Amino acid sequence: MYEVVKAEKLTPDVTRLELKAPHIAKKAKAGQFVMLTVDEHGERIPLTMADFSAEKGTVTIAALEIGKTTKKLGTLKTGDKLFSLVGPLGLPTELHKVGTVCCIGGGIGLALMYPVVRALREAGNKTISIIGAKNEKLLIYEEEIKAVSDEFYVCTDDGSKGHHGFVSDILKKLIADKRDVKMVYAVGPIIMMKVISNITKPHGIFTVVSLNPIMVDGTGMCGSCRVIVDGKTKFGCVDGPEFDGHKVDFDNLIARNRRYMAEEQVSLKLFQEGK
Amino acid sequence: MAEEQKKAPRKTVPKKYPMPEQDPKVRVKNFNEVPMGQDAQTAIMEAQRCLQCKPGPNRKLCMDGCPVEINIPGFIKHVQEGDFAGAIKVIREKQNLPAVCGRVCPYEAQCEGNCVVGKKNEPVGIGRLERFLADWERREQEHGKIEVPPPTGKKVAVVGAGPAGLTVAGDLAKLGHKVTVFEALQYCGGVLVYGIPEFRLPKEIVNAEVDYIRRSGVDIRNDMVIGKVDTVDDLLQEYDTVFVGTGAGLPNWTGLEGENLNGIMSANEFLTRTNLMKAFKFPEYDTPIRVGDTVVTLGGGNVAMDCARTSLRLGAKKSVILYRRSDAELPARREEIHHAKEEGVHFELLAAPVRFIGDDCGNVKQVEAIRMQLGEPDASGRRRPIKIPGSEFRVDCQNVLIAIGQSPNPLVPMTTPNLKTTKEGTVAVDEHGRTSKKGVFAGGDIASGAATVILAMGDGKRAAKAMHRYMTEDPSWPAPEVFEKLACEK
Repeated sequence: MYEVVKAEKLTPDVTRLELKAPHIAKKAKAGQFVMLTVDEHGERIPLTMADFSAEKGTVTIAALEIGKTTKKLGTLKTGDKLFSLVGPLGLPTELHKVGTVCCIGGGIGLALMYPVVRALREAGNKTISIIGAKNEKLLIYEEEIKAVSDEFYVCTDDGSKGHHGFVSDILKKLIADKRDVKMVYAVGPIIMMKVISNITKPHGIFTVVSLNPIMVDGTGMCGSCRVIVDGKTKFGCVDGPEFDGHKVDFDNLIARNRRYMAEEQVSLKLFQEGK
Repeated sequence: MAEEQKKAPRKTVPKKYPMPEQDPKVRVKNFNEVPMGQDAQTAIMEAQRCLQCKPGPNRKLCMDGCPVEINIPGFIKHVQEGDFAGAIKVIREKQNLPAVCGRVCPYEAQCEGNCVVGKKNEPVGIGRLERFLADWERREQEHGKIEVPPPTGKKVAVVGAGPAGLTVAGDLAKLGHKVTVFEALQYCGGVLVYGIPEFRLPKEIVNAEVDYIRRSGVDIRNDMVIGKVDTVDDLLQEYDTVFVGTGAGLPNWTGLEGENLNGIMSANEFLTRTNLMKAFKFPEYDTPIRVGDTVVTLGGGNVAMDCARTSLRLGAKKSVILYRRSDAELPARREEIHHAKEEGVHFELLAAPVRFIGDDCGNVKQVEAIRMQLGEPDASGRRRPIKIPGSEFRVDCQNVLIAIGQSPNPLVPMTTPNLKTTKEGTVAVDEHGRTSKKGVFAGGDIASGAATVILAMGDGKRAAKAMHRYMTEDPSWPAPEVFEKLACEK
C-alpha cells in the first residue's frame, strides 16, 4: 500500500497526487511512468510522472478524470492508500545538449512535460515551451513549465488565454522565422503529436513523442501496448514510451486505443451511478 | 480365513479411481475448477494400488521421475494407513507447492510414467494423491508459524515470486537463512497467477501456498521490478546471494501481416487480463476483456489449450485451435487436450497462419491459413511441417490469440553487466544454477527457456542447495571461461 501524501485538484477534472514511494523516487528519471492500481478490483493503468523527489521519497502523478480508474483517483484524499504502484517504468528521456529544444504539450500531457523540460534545460539546452489546452481553466503546470523555459508560449482553443488557436500554429511560426530548433519534444493527445510530427518531418527536425498506449502489466510481458514504429512492432512500456515521431504509425495507435471503448463506457456509467 | 486372505494373490485394480469432474456442458459456462478432487476413502483405495516398490539396480521408479525428488512410496505408505498428516509431512520435505503441483505437473511423463503398476494397467494416481493431501492440509491443519532453525545470519534475495523463486525461498528459509523475495506484480505466483487459468488452478490455492512460504519467515515485497528499482548489483551489496527467477515473460509473435489489428493479442495479454486482473468478472473488476463469436488460438501447447478453453468461458460460440502439426505432435498434456475436446474446442490441425485480414475499422475479421503435411523429423525430433502449395483457406473470427511460446524476460540480463546470456536470451547457468556473476544464481524459465512449473521448481531446489553450500561451506566459484562456454553451447 502506498500513502497519498498530498491530494489536490489542479482543475475540476485533473487530480494531482503526491505518493510515498522512496524506492521509485530514488531511481525515477524524466519521461518515465508508473503503473498503478487504485484498489483490489482496479485496473492497472500507466501514468507518467509529473515529478519525483528522492529527498522526500515521493513521486507525483497527475490524472485527467476521464474513466472509472481516474475518477476513483479523483476521490482519494491525503492519507488514503493506493493498492499497487510500480515504477519507474519505461526508458527515460534521452538527454543530450543539442542547442535549442522546442517542447510542446497539450492537456494532461503538460504534467509529464514539466520534468522533461526541466531535465532538457539542466542538460544545457535552450528551451522553448509551447503549452496548450481547450481553455484557460484547463491549463496545468503553467507556472512550473514557464520557470524552466527560456521562451514560453500559451495557446487556448477558445482564446481565453494566450494565442487563440493550436500549439502547432506557434511551432509553424518558429520554423517560418528560421529559428534554429534542433529538436522537438511533443506530449499530449495523439492527434496533436501526429500533427506536430507532420509539421517537423519535411524540415528534418528530430521529433520525440511520448505515447500512451493501453497497457496491462507495463513491464514487457503482454504486448497490449504494441505500437508500430518504422514498420516494426515495439512495446510502448519497455521500448518507449518515447519514440521518433517521424516513424510512429499514429493511425494504428488511435485505432488500438479504441479497443475497449465500449467497456470503458460501461464501467464509467456504473461508477457514476454509484454501483 | 485371515491366513487365506494373506496368501491370495493381490488383486490389481486396473484403473485409477475416477476423479469427479464438472460436466463439460456446465463448466464451459464457469471458471470453477474442472476436477473436483477425491474424498479420503478414494485416496486410501488409490494408495492401496501402490506396490511399494523398493529401489534396486537398473530399476526406474516413480521417484526417479520427480524433478524435486519427493519420496513417493514413502508418502503413499502413510496414505495407505490413513495417516494424512504423516503423508503430507513427507511431501513437504521436498515440495513447497504441493497443491499446485498436484494439479499442473505432467505426471504422465514423470512419476506416473515410471510407475510399475502402469506397465500393464493404469499407473497409481500419484498426482491426484498429492493434490488430495495438499487440499487436506489446507483444510484441516493449523495455519500457524512454521518452525525454522535459528538464523544463520545469511541474507538471500530472490527475484521473482514464481515457481522457481518460491521454491528457493521456501528451501532456504527452512535452513535458517533470511530470505527476501522481490516480485514485479501485485500478486505472487508468477505464471501460476497470471498464466494458468482459475479453472485449472484456483488462485485461492496459490495464495495459500504463498502464505505457507510467508509463514516460514520469508519477506515478500510486491511491486518491485528489479532492474528498474534496485538492480541485481545493488542487491549484491546487501545480500549474500541473489537468485534470479524472472521467467519467460516475453511473448513470441508470428511477425505476419496484420498482427497489430485489434482483436489480436498475445496469450499473455489474454490470460493476464482474465486471470491476474480477473476480467472474467468485469464489470465487478475494472479490467475488461472482449471475445467475439469465434476465437482462433495459434499454437498447440498447454498455454494454447488454456486460451481456447478460456475463450469459451468468456462467451465465444466457437473456439478454434490452429496448429501446424498433427494431433500426435500437440505439445500440450493429453489431459488438457482431452478436456479441451470435451468442452467443444475445435482443432484445425496441420494448418499454419499466413496473414491476418482486418475490416475498415482496424479489427481482425479473418485468419488466412495454409494446409500443411508432415515431412522428416527436425532437430526437435518432431516431424517437420511442410506447406501444401495452393491450399490457403480463411477462417472468420473476431479474435486471434497468439500462443506460440514465450522468451526469457530481458530486464535482469539487460540491467546486470557481466551476466552471461545465451543466444536465446536465457541466463547461462551451470548444473548448480550458478551464473557468470559470483553470488548470483538463476533457474526456471529465465535459465531454461519456456518449460514447466515443476522443472522450474527442480531448478529452484538445485540452486537452493548450491546457495546454501556457497553461503555456509564453500565460497568458491567456477572460472569465467566455464560460462563463456555455457553461453555458446546453448
